[in-house]
Amino acid sequence: MTALLEVQGVSKRFGGLQAVGDVSFTLQEGEILGLIGPNGAGKTTLFNLVNGVYKTDTGSIIFSGKNITGRSPDQVVHLGLARTHQIVRPLNGMSVLENVIVGACYGREYQSLRAARATALEVLEQVGMASRANSPAHSLTLAFKKRLEVARALAARPKLLLLDEVLAGLNPTEIAQMIDLIRKIRDSGVSVFMIEHVMQAIMNLSDRILVLNLGHKIAEAPPAEVVKNPDVVEAYLGFPDIVDKLRGAS
Amino acid sequence: MSGILASMIDGLLIGSVYGLAAMGLSLIWGVMDVINLTHGSMIALGMFGMYLLFSATASNAYFLLAPLIVVGLVLGIIVYWLAVNWVVDRPILMSLLSTFAVNMVVIGLGTAIWSTSPYNVNFSVPGITVGEYTFTGNHIAAASSAVVIALLLELFLRRTRAGKAIRAVADNRAAAELMGISSTRVLMVAFAIGIALAMASGALVSTLFPFTILSGAGYQLKSFVVTVLAGLGKPFGALIAGVLLGLLEGAVSPFIAVSWIPLIEFGLFVVVLIAFPRGIFGKATA
Amino acid sequence: MILRRPLLWLILALAALFVWLPLRNHDVALREDLILVAVAIILTSNLNLMIGYTGYVNFGHIVFYGLGGYVGLYLATVLNWNLIVAALIAGVTVSVLALLFGLGILRLRGAYFALATIGVLVAVQAFVANFEPWGRSTGMYVSFASYAPLGGARRALWITYYLIIGVMALSLVLSLGIRRSKFGLGLFAIREDEDAAIVLGVNATVYKAIIYSVSAFLPAVAGALMFFKNGMIDPSIAFEYMLSLEGIVMLMLGGQGTVAGSALGGALYERLRSYLLTSPRLSEFHLVIAGALLLLVVRLAPGGLIGWLYRLVPRSREVVE
Ligand SMILES: Nc1ncnc2c1ncn2[C@@H]1O[C@H](COP(=O)(O)OP(=O)(O)OP(=O)(O)O)[C@@H](O)[C@H]1O
Ligand SMILES: [Mg+2]
Repeated sequence: MTALLEVQGVSKRFGGLQAVGDVSFTLQEGEILGLIGPNGAGKTTLFNLVNGVYKTDTGSIIFSGKNITGRSPDQVVHLGLARTHQIVRPLNGMSVLENVIVGACYGREYQSLRAARATALEVLEQVGMASRANSPAHSLTLAFKKRLEVARALAARPKLLLLDEVLAGLNPTEIAQMIDLIRKIRDSGVSVFMIEHVMQAIMNLSDRILVLNLGHKIAEAPPAEVVKNPDVVEAYLGFPDIVDKLRGAS
Repeated sequence: MSGILASMIDGLLIGSVYGLAAMGLSLIWGVMDVINLTHGSMIALGMFGMYLLFSATASNAYFLLAPLIVVGLVLGIIVYWLAVNWVVDRPILMSLLSTFAVNMVVIGLGTAIWSTSPYNVNFSVPGITVGEYTFTGNHIAAASSAVVIALLLELFLRRTRAGKAIRAVADNRAAAELMGISSTRVLMVAFAIGIALAMASGALVSTLFPFTILSGAGYQLKSFVVTVLAGLGKPFGALIAGVLLGLLEGAVSPFIAVSWIPLIEFGLFVVVLIAFPRGIFGKATA
Repeated sequence: MILRRPLLWLILALAALFVWLPLRNHDVALREDLILVAVAIILTSNLNLMIGYTGYVNFGHIVFYGLGGYVGLYLATVLNWNLIVAALIAGVTVSVLALLFGLGILRLRGAYFALATIGVLVAVQAFVANFEPWGRSTGMYVSFASYAPLGGARRALWITYYLIIGVMALSLVLSLGIRRSKFGLGLFAIREDEDAAIVLGVNATVYKAIIYSVSAFLPAVAGALMFFKNGMIDPSIAFEYMLSLEGIVMLMLGGQGTVAGSALGGALYERLRSYLLTSPRLSEFHLVIAGALLLLVVRLAPGGLIGWLYRLVPRSREVVE
């Protein structure tokens, strides 16, 4: 396996708050890497650093052999790194299909409108939203808005997909469908880096898990080892039910 | 004393009136995120309000500020219900347009009543002579009035319940509502105060220069400049920024033709907007 | 693709109508009415590229028209260039200036951008009012000699009229073309949520600067033609703040974001304004009526007349777009 994403010592400070501090890790091609940590641990901020929404204070990010440190998010997508938002951001005045066409048009392949339309229809089929293609994006339920996030990112034909809590707020059936979808995405050759609080899911899906606490990496290991790691258990002590879930999932 | 110093002092005096006008704009902006495009027409109404009251009573023009402020509050409440209440939280274009529409109506009515020929308020306060320079009494009186009104507003915002509610809503409307503050009432009061300030500043200007119904537009533009210099939604900052703008005008006017001043002001305005989007007195990026 | 759009044929029919109507019996008064309508449509449809497509409120859109007028008039009368060349160069010059300004002020969003556009308008106006080669505050006049190459003043007026109609048709076709393009889709994404658009891969900085510059081109060309036709220009008529704001009223009245809406709003408002201004009883109240109308539209039909039509007859949307 070769490294697709290499993050070296990145940090980000907001005023007095070290949101991400000196985090390094590598993501292998074809892998699903999980990212967990208590609320406010800096997970979303790490995503924002990787795809260029925020500029890193220190450190470097190599994606697919290219140094992407300091590149803007639109440049990063063209290289094949797409993401979803934890707080969904549909383009409300447009239809579901148009939302996904935007993803395809401006994604890695920079497709023409016509090609993008075909891609979008295909992706909507894949995420199970074909029947809603013409609905206005604002009219969707949260579960569908989350899927729309995934669809838009997929339409970019990425090599690496960053998923920020796509399971949060979904009911068990929807969670099962989404997990299934994520597996299929990986099987189609797209690597996945995902943040998740639903422990059961992330433990089952991930090949390896990265744990952040207070902005720092405290573990990086396969799921079975992570739940035994005393630092991880301690980080979650304030959240006893999560400790139970960590144990339960192993 | 040199000519430039005199010119700067004069600029400072007029600047406090700019500042007072901008305070109204800034307060409304800060509390409800609405750019009040009725501002210019309200300044103009302040001028004509002063003209009418002064013609009718022939009393000290600066005492007439008090009734004019009351008129401004009432007018503000009317305009709030007519054009503002339903655009709060709508896209910025909506609030711009609905307030602009009111502006058009007021200017239109004003033009029909007073035409666009100049009027003036014939009242003067004796000046003060320092060495060879004489400072116009009206400038001093207008500036003092502006500062007094600004201080009263600041006191109101900091000391009274209503004032604290306004500040709380400006700070975080959702949180204020959770604490049981009725935000609609607060927004209405803040808007009314903003309009009253605009009228008061117009009334002060009317004692300094001749004016037409269209004169408000120029002061509205200056208010934008001042508000942005101060950082949006910082009323007291706006007073200080207004004084600074007046000082700047005073400092450059002995050296260049007056017609260049708008270029300097608005060039500065655009540059400041881009370089310090939170205002010169604003915090660095959060 | 675009040839199959009914709207394209509507635009061409409209232009043909504009050409034919005054020509029928050489009706100069009608021509003068229609030229104002055409200019209103040019301004509104290009303003729509910013407000309707990209979601950026430009209060100072008239600056393009005025600057175009100045550059065009300077080239055509002081330097005696061919009118069409002068108008085109005016368009290019103003577009390039807009691109430079745009890269600066388009870093601002929402209300901040809107305010900056007022700043640009007033600053440019003040600059021109002090600019010696352009006659400072007295402006410039077209010398009669400048009409000679066009076959005298009478013919020159008709020629500029047809050119303006051409610019009007081009404006509408441009709006339509952008609306159907990938570029347009990127603009719509920016309008809906700029940050999300960037994350989806839209280079918002470049797109916004381009559309700001594009929206300057045809108004500048129109300004060059129009002020040439009028025979004079000065800073207060070239950069009239009120006219700039009325452009926004027209757009809202017709329906922002749509090609048909921008044309409809421009045409209707201009006619209404001319009617009010010439009516002895109502002329004093033209602003009052226009303001009240705007308030009503914004409050009751924020999608403008076209939006209202779409709601009434949903099928009409497919035909018009
Ligand atoms: N733009 C910002 N400005 C200031 N502080 C920020 C900003 N973004 C995040 N933070 C702070 O940085 C810390 C990390 O936030 P982040 O969103 O990365 O956490 P998270 O791990 O994703 O949490 P959650 O599980 O709740 O989504 C938090 O304390 C947050 O308040
Ligand atoms: Mg998060």
